[in-house]
Amino acid sequence: MTLNETHPEAVAGVVDRIVERWRRDPTCMVQILREVQEACDWISPEAIDCLQTALKVPRTKIEGVAGFYSFFYLKPRGKYRILFSDNVTDRMQGNQALLERLCNTLWIEPGKVSEDGLVSVDRTSCTGMCDQGPGLLVNNRAITRLDAERIDEMADLVRSQTPLDEWPAEWFRVEDNIRQPGILLGLDMPPGDALRAARALAPSDGLAASNMRSWREGLPSGLGGPAALLDAIKRANLRGRGGAGFTTGLKWEACRNAPLKSGQQRIVVCNADEGEPGTFKDRVLLTSYADLVFEGMTVAAYAIGAQRGFLYLRGEYRYLLEPLTAVLERRRRDKLLGADILGVAGADFDIEIHLGAGAYVCGEESALIESLEGKRGTPRNRPPFPVTNGYLDQPTIVNNVETFAAAALIALKGADWYAGIGTQHSAGSKILSVAGDCARPGLYEYPFGVSIRQVLADCGAVATQAVQVSGPSGVCVGPAEFDRIIGFEDIPTAGAFTIFDDSRDMFEVARNYVHFFQHESCGFCTPCRVGTSLLKNLMDKLHNGCGSPYDFAEIEKLNHLLQSMSHCGLGHTACNPVLDTIKKFRPAYEKHMKQQDFAPAFDLDRALAAARQMTGRDDAAAHIVKEENA
Amino acid sequence: MSQTFTLDGQSIPFADGQTILQAATAAGVFIPHLCYHPEFKPHGSCKLCTVKINGRQTASCTMRAIPGMSVESDTEEINAERRALLQMLFVEGNHFCPACEQSGNCQLQATAYRLGMMSPHFDHFFPSRAVDASHPDTLLDFNRCILCSLCVRASRDVDGKNVFALSGRGIRTRLIVNAKSGRLADTDFSPTDKAAEVCPVGVFLKKRRGFVVPIGERRYDKAPIGAAAEEV
Amino acid sequence: MNAPAKKLKVATTSLAGCFGCHMSFLDIDERLFTLLDHIEFDRSPLTDIKTCSPDCDIGIIEGGLCNAENVHVLREFRKNCKTLIAIGACAINGGLPAQRNHLPLTVILEEVYHTSPGLANGMVPNDPELPLPLNQVHPIHEVVKVDYFIPGCPPSGDAIWKVLTDLLAGREPQLGHGLMHYD
Repeated sequence: MTLNETHPEAVAGVVDRIVERWRRDPTCMVQILREVQEACDWISPEAIDCLQTALKVPRTKIEGVAGFYSFFYLKPRGKYRILFSDNVTDRMQGNQALLERLCNTLWIEPGKVSEDGLVSVDRTSCTGMCDQGPGLLVNNRAITRLDAERIDEMADLVRSQTPLDEWPAEWFRVEDNIRQPGILLGLDMPPGDALRAARALAPSDGLAASNMRSWREGLPSGLGGPAALLDAIKRANLRGRGGAGFTTGLKWEACRNAPLKSGQQRIVVCNADEGEPGTFKDRVLLTSYADLVFEGMTVAAYAIGAQRGFLYLRGEYRYLLEPLTAVLERRRRDKLLGADILGVAGADFDIEIHLGAGAYVCGEESALIESLEGKRGTPRNRPPFPVTNGYLDQPTIVNNVETFAAAALIALKGADWYAGIGTQHSAGSKILSVAGDCARPGLYEYPFGVSIRQVLADCGAVATQAVQVSGPSGVCVGPAEFDRIIGFEDIPTAGAFTIFDDSRDMFEVARNYVHFFQHESCGFCTPCRVGTSLLKNLMDKLHNGCGSPYDFAEIEKLNHLLQSMSHCGLGHTACNPVLDTIKKFRPAYEKHMKQQDFAPAFDLDRALAAARQMTGRDDAAAHIVKEENA
Repeated sequence: MSQTFTLDGQSIPFADGQTILQAATAAGVFIPHLCYHPEFKPHGSCKLCTVKINGRQTASCTMRAIPGMSVESDTEEINAERRALLQMLFVEGNHFCPACEQSGNCQLQATAYRLGMMSPHFDHFFPSRAVDASHPDTLLDFNRCILCSLCVRASRDVDGKNVFALSGRGIRTRLIVNAKSGRLADTDFSPTDKAAEVCPVGVFLKKRRGFVVPIGERRYDKAPIGAAAEEV
Repeated sequence: MNAPAKKLKVATTSLAGCFGCHMSFLDIDERLFTLLDHIEFDRSPLTDIKTCSPDCDIGIIEGGLCNAENVHVLREFRKNCKTLIAIGACAINGGLPAQRNHLPLTVILEEVYHTSPGLANGMVPNDPELPLPLNQVHPIHEVVKVDYFIPGCPPSGDAIWKVLTDLLAGREPQLGHGLMHYD
């Protein structure tokens, strides 16, 4: 029984309070919908009635947004909504059997709601617990280290309708698993030190003029040299840690130099939509190094002259919202955030946390901005780029969590120190999220330039067949390449480092990733919307033993089409795991090409099953036998 | 307009801010497209208008012309990719041309004719999409929707009504209407709305007006799509 | 066209189709005589030959696959014909019969034989002579490899003539404006 069905007037009250808390601002639609669902278990037509009135937006807009995000439900999904993380690492840890076990115990089908409306069990994309999986989300709260015992106990708790707060706290415990700290993970910085250091930076020669411009635009003069800080970020050769590796200093400078129209301001956005399967470093940074990240954002605000910041936190990390909010509150109290930072009059900057709701594509910066604006997370046409036309058309920088942490470190310790770490082309360190077939999964921080082989040795991986670096959109590296290094000059990475030993079927790994991209395609452009589905069907066809060389050629053809015609990086990279594994692990595909000649994707005999059942026939003519070449 | 770029070797003049597609159309060169409509802001989603610039494919409806750029469009490579996109659209929905009132006036079909699409090639999805016959004057057949969002834009930007929107995600993206019941009859839609006019396929059907023009005598039966643009 | 030394064997059939494409084939009129200088018909409703010779050169299939027998016939054609041509909307995308695809077969049979008005003691026919329906209607390229397609409902005689003469002349078949139709 949901709140809506029993108390329609209660829904109105709940919605009103939520809308009020979000300033009746339709740009906060995603946050409002999330809170409505948290309160009501789903977003009912009645709740949408209330939202329509309160926000003064058409129903189509609300339903359009709600329908986009996996974690929003426009139909009841039960009081307990259980989503098994379905990354390849969860699969390797046996999530399939556990899901089936739970479904069997609860007498439900995956993807469907139980007849009594109590519970639903389904799959979701990687929840970022690969180092302590298999994982799941129950009503968006993360549970780790699943095993048969926990599943059985969970079924009992669901059936007895025990509130989540009374479920064993141990289940919700998330370990940091820091195995190898480096300059970031080993840092113990008192909050505020990086800001004080940034403030102390003298404007460097030749940059004073641009400093003056900042002042004219209202940048607090008391803070000293923002341009000097920008200069330091550039000299430190900091590049984005989200995967693309754009030079941070250039991005910040472009934003700082972008003209402001009347009423506009500059915006700092921290991209914590850590959706790349196999990545979980931002989870740890935001758990145990939140001050460093927020300080980095404040440093950035100082450098570009921004007064408003957002942390866009993936919905899977909902459990971090309260602790992070507390950190922000403490920083405000300590004058490290809010008005008059460090006591300097006019040095204002504050950060608001927005949560995602199950949409990988929102990790793409323009889709993230759309989501921040309360819209469907569809990547924008570019140019213009966010640095000039970002959040609500204002100049905006979007950087990864780790990038901001590194920026704070640079402000604290100086550009030269930082540039001296790593390699010539890749300064500083990289945090790797190591998972899969190894003895010690967790976080490993290295100076750039570390070899794949070194990481494998450190984490206790044996008989390694392949490493997927940077997740499905990254590269698949085979043993012949284990001397390659992590760095922008060789293998750039957002941090995922997923290990497969020689017992794994690399075709199945690629198939899991193809399913992921199909699920996460935003649907905006034709090639990605339809192409990822066609690709998924073809990979499934091979998996089901119906594949022939014809299908293999089709897979290759589709991948090239996705690569060349797609709207954004999701489509462009959706083919990477397949093209890479085809190149490096072709026998894995050949093993699955069971047919020499073209065969249908479906079982012809099974396609007669309904007719057989209706007619009661089972004679020879009521069957279609497989062709001989099969 | 002193600035030019080359399109398949032909010099195309353009004004500041014009996209490749706009400049090409003005110069009488047809680039296939479905989600683009000259009266609306480019959307860039169907990707039919993809061209190749410096070895990279990009949508010509959103890409602004740059002086001196060299653009490939009517090449076998790009047309083959466009054909594949058309085939994707055909298998994604339920496009039964012989039974469709829009046949002969349909941009999707006409573009497929022009690009020589002999078959849908891929396996069909045969999705289950109900029609909405609730409105007294207009029937919505979602089986044919290609998610170009032109009706969404027309309803919002011209009609000022927001009758239509896209909901869902990925392959489950779908067109919705602005009513709690989900029925067109319960919206403020009018058959004279711009939204009803811009559909490049056959989602919007006027009731009681079937087959006024016989098959074989319709717009693209008479001349291929793009022929009008090429007469400029 | 000059007459070849050896005539090509052509087989035709209609699966889940209406024979409209075959009728349209006859619309090539007197050009049929020219065609017969180059081809001979094997299995076809035109000859009433019931099985394909193993050495057919071209198989022309009208209609999609709606039942088990359709599948058997299609397989026979694929096995015995060097080149397979799908002709008409139904062979190419399932056509009219495929409009049942969004309904479960059980619901269809239930309605047709049990619940529609005027039926008394109806039962789903279970005579082994009758081919069982597939749960969905499929275009033929989803079940066997198809080499060429002639779209149209039906394609005009001219379109069929164009594709066949292109093939006989060793050209990639093409239908220009006016011949290319899906309706």
